[in-house]
Amino acid sequence: MKKIGALFKLRFLIGLQYRTAAFAGIITQFAWGSLSILLYHAFYQTNPEAFPMSFSQLSSYIWLQQGFLALFMIWSMENELFDLIHQGSIAYELVRPMDLYDFWFIRSMAVRLAKTVLRCFPLFLIASVLPFPYSLVLPTAPLPLLIFLLSLLLAWINVVAFCMLIYISAFYTLSAMGIRMIAVTMVEFLSGALIPLPFLPDSIRFLIEWLPFASMQNAPLRIVIGEILQTEWLNILGLQLFWAVILILLGKKMMKKALDRIVIQGG
Amino acid sequence: MKLYWHYVMLHLKSLWQYKTSTLLLLLGQFLVAFNLFLGMWFLFQRFHQVADFILEEVVLCFSIVLLQFSLAEMFGRGFDSFPILINKGELDRMMVRPKSLMLQVLGAKFEISRIGRILQALITFLAVYQTIPWDWGFLEYLTLFFMLVGGSAVFMGMFILYASFCFFTIEGLEFFNIFTDGAREFGSYPLAIYGRRILQFTTVVIPYALTQYYPLLLLTHKTDQKWFALLPLVAMLFLVPCIAFWCFGVHHYRSSGS
Repeated sequence: MKKIGALFKLRFLIGLQYRTAAFAGIITQFAWGSLSILLYHAFYQTNPEAFPMSFSQLSSYIWLQQGFLALFMIWSMENELFDLIHQGSIAYELVRPMDLYDFWFIRSMAVRLAKTVLRCFPLFLIASVLPFPYSLVLPTAPLPLLIFLLSLLLAWINVVAFCMLIYISAFYTLSAMGIRMIAVTMVEFLSGALIPLPFLPDSIRFLIEWLPFASMQNAPLRIVIGEILQTEWLNILGLQLFWAVILILLGKKMMKKALDRIVIQGG
Repeated sequence: MKLYWHYVMLHLKSLWQYKTSTLLLLLGQFLVAFNLFLGMWFLFQRFHQVADFILEEVVLCFSIVLLQFSLAEMFGRGFDSFPILINKGELDRMMVRPKSLMLQVLGAKFEISRIGRILQALITFLAVYQTIPWDWGFLEYLTLFFMLVGGSAVFMGMFILYASFCFFTIEGLEFFNIFTDGAREFGSYPLAIYGRRILQFTTVVIPYALTQYYPLLLLTHKTDQKWFALLPLVAMLFLVPCIAFWCFGVHHYRSSGS
């Protein structure tokens, strides 16, 4: 446990060094968020009845999505890990007195958190002082916020656990780029990163909500904007926990299989 | 020019050595673009139209912008990896060669995988072309051609500008994404729906609207201002300051050392 804590802290501190990059990121994400909101606004003005939530809820969703982008985005994977596998430096990783899966898992979590911490607060601050329907509105009661944080934690674990599967797939293929791109595209759509899931037609939305991808950003964001009702909270958290366990077990098994047959050449 | 094609052929040959990876990449590119289309389609299922544009019109816009972007990207992606060239000092090596610097940067990377995106754009375009309710004559086809040329030029200008800034900052600037990838993604919709300010900005400052919104009005017969067809050519003037800035950058370049 102490090892895990130290590792997490180390990676987190390394991540905090990239402040200029974070500043540029904040500007980009603010612009991206504003344009998304303007886009939905155009749809809203055309046909307000067809909007599945209030406009203010949508704005909050977009801002939170942008703020937590580094936590949720599947496409930002660590190229270092792929390089380790392809260039054989994996041998160094294997001599460490720690399970490789746990090591990479903690590392990925810390990197994501560091990026997020640097970016989200300034963005949320600006977003919350914007004029009303375009601003970020958070619940003031403690209970929904608590549930939101729990759900956020589970979403974060789900994202990292899914990325682990893609890292591990690099053991089997020469170049993981293709698989990575296909997986990323799928998840972008199914997790509600592209358009929030409530905007999908009910029939397919019902199916998608059961998939592990809906346990990523979809769950915490919809809880905090008040789109998911209180009675549903426990079910959602349960589903998130379920998928997190499944993804981690699957990843550990795949990792073990890959390491059993790995051959490292040269010395 | 002959040299450039030589560069392209070299890249093609090297990619062909890894067939499966290349094919998977093509598929990936295809899916990425398809994703955007899917999102658009579902939104229209719900809302039926946005401002006064119906699905067919927006899809037409989407496929044209995607074509513009991927054409520019296929040839100009060398500028995207430009920060790496500077960082590793490879640029210094290029500078001592007796050929145009811009040509070498262009030839440094040629992305065949972008063909996946072009393919996607072409298929979408042909599909929507079957359903368009307007008669297209010579004027419309000419407009379409101008849009492709002008739009690619503006995107290319943006890539050059991005690379030129690297002369001073060494690192790539992330917020440029808004003007390249962002312009592609948000440009899938006619720019006017984002409101007057955005339209003004994309008309005067970075002339995306000149290659997208105004000629689109002509293609969809929403206006009878025939001169809108020429606007994409006007937008090509954007390349002038970009190239000038590039030359300025080259002039003031100091090696990052190695």
